[in-house]
Amino acid sequence: MKLAFFGGLYSNYLALEAALADASRRDVQQLFCLGDMGAFGPHPDRVVSLLRDAGVTCVQGNYDDSIGNELADCQCGYTDPSDNRFAQISYDYTLEKTSPVHRRWLRALPTSLDLEHSGVRMHLCHGSPRQTNEFLWESTTSDAFLDRVLDPTGADVVLGTHTGLHWTRTTPRGRRFVNVGVLGRPANDGRTNVWYTVLDLTGHEVEVEFVPVDYDFHRLSGEMRSEGLPDEFVTTIESGWWTTCLEVLPSRERRCGRY
Amino acid sequence: MSIASTESGQVSLSGLDELWFQVAGTRCNLTCTHCFISCSPHNDAFGFLSLEVVRKALIESVEWGVREYYFTGGEPFLNPDLVEMLVLALEYGPVTVLTNATVLKDEWLKCLRDAEERGPYSLEFRVSIDGPDAATNDPIRGEGTFDRAMRGVETLVRHGVLPIITMTRTWADAEDHRILSRFRDVLARHGCDRPRLKVLPRLLIGAEAVRTCGYDETDHVSVGMLDGFDSDQLICSHSRTVTDQGVFVCPILLEEPSARLGGTLAEADRPFSLDQGACVTCYQFGAICTNPSGQVFEQTGDGAGEVHT
Repeated sequence: MKLAFFGGLYSNYLALEAALADASRRDVQQLFCLGDMGAFGPHPDRVVSLLRDAGVTCVQGNYDDSIGNELADCQCGYTDPSDNRFAQISYDYTLEKTSPVHRRWLRALPTSLDLEHSGVRMHLCHGSPRQTNEFLWESTTSDAFLDRVLDPTGADVVLGTHTGLHWTRTTPRGRRFVNVGVLGRPANDGRTNVWYTVLDLTGHEVEVEFVPVDYDFHRLSGEMRSEGLPDEFVTTIESGWWTTCLEVLPSRERRCGRY
Repeated sequence: MSIASTESGQVSLSGLDELWFQVAGTRCNLTCTHCFISCSPHNDAFGFLSLEVVRKALIESVEWGVREYYFTGGEPFLNPDLVEMLVLALEYGPVTVLTNATVLKDEWLKCLRDAEERGPYSLEFRVSIDGPDAATNDPIRGEGTFDRAMRGVETLVRHGVLPIITMTRTWADAEDHRILSRFRDVLARHGCDRPRLKVLPRLLIGAEAVRTCGYDETDHVSVGMLDGFDSDQLICSHSRTVTDQGVFVCPILLEEPSARLGGTLAEADRPFSLDQGACVTCYQFGAICTNPSGQVFEQTGDGAGEVHT
């Protein structure tokens, strides 16, 4: 049995369309999204329509909590004033352009999900099992800590997103953590593709595959420009390098990028 | 903030996310006039930690599920075992060392970067420089320290380190933007073109209480102030500090006897009463000691409520 997990859509409906098509070609049986539907990109209603039409089971991210409850900001927790300025431009745009129906839908999403398939217990969350907006970076998450935050879930596999960078690790106590990556923007590696994750539960082992997704990023960046979104965001889509939100990156992850 | 008649609020340890090592005690090669624990070349109030104490605490920390380790002083690099300690700690988790960058040696950095590259975890260097120029920094940290710290930054950059630069705010809040912008320009001229900058509030204790003024005697965090407040914003809810004289609630209150919570981590797993003036500063500014990547911000939304199972 194959399951697909999307994260961090950031309004990138073109990438979501491409990922849905890719998952369909792979005979994926169920689709999940781990939150942060809006931000960054244009026309935030489009990803929500796609998710609902495709029957994707969704978990709420901090951004969805904010938009759904019409809060003042995205609760992303950036520490740099310019990051917060860009985030606010994007947030105000997304809030304004998200329909009341979709806001209600975002507001009602669960903050986590527990499910079992083929004898594998899974826990789905956005940031970490203990807090929606907690960053679990690969280089700043010790094995011992990962066991501590995963243990209470009782799950064999815990899946999250939030940081924008996909990674996986099996803990000393045998639990698996998977950051499924994001479809909203590239992984700060100088490539324009984005990522989602397929879990294959057909064998005795859980197989995790990180799937690169190519999509029409030229079209996306054109629409971002015409919607008046920050040039810095457009540069990220076109170059594959993050230009903002860099202050929260640990040094190891930061070194992988250009900025 | 003076609330003389109200009881102090208490904060329990919700989980040990960060373990601090007061690895150089109160010994420092500098004598900064704002130092909240009055470190200097002659302050032996707290001594160096030994490699064995650090090793034992690291082993013990695993069962606590510690996320990351911080090494501070004084100046940590005065401890002759520091490099070995950092290499060892990197086997357990991510490590941050807080330094004034004036005593760094190439051979140490080579060894440390090699150790970082061998494993999965980040080694962060947090460098204290209190302003973008000598005119701002040197009156606080000492004559010539700005230039020496900048040479230290150049050394770090040469070894591929992307430092976090911390500065204690000795200017008006409204000046932050101008100072940060100028700092970025200056650092770039020294080869550090993508620093992470962190502005810290002044803590009105130790040397700083002499330099300017201390807290009011009655300053504390009351029970009422904690009502509806997310205590996870305070490091005492998720950190402890190992010193040569036992385990303290945080790396700030070392001169406060009530902040020593026990001889071991287990003994230090008890609530702390926020009856110190410095607690008010943490209350106002959040987890000021934590790296930007490790800060968890309070969610103000209702989080939708139901959890599907």
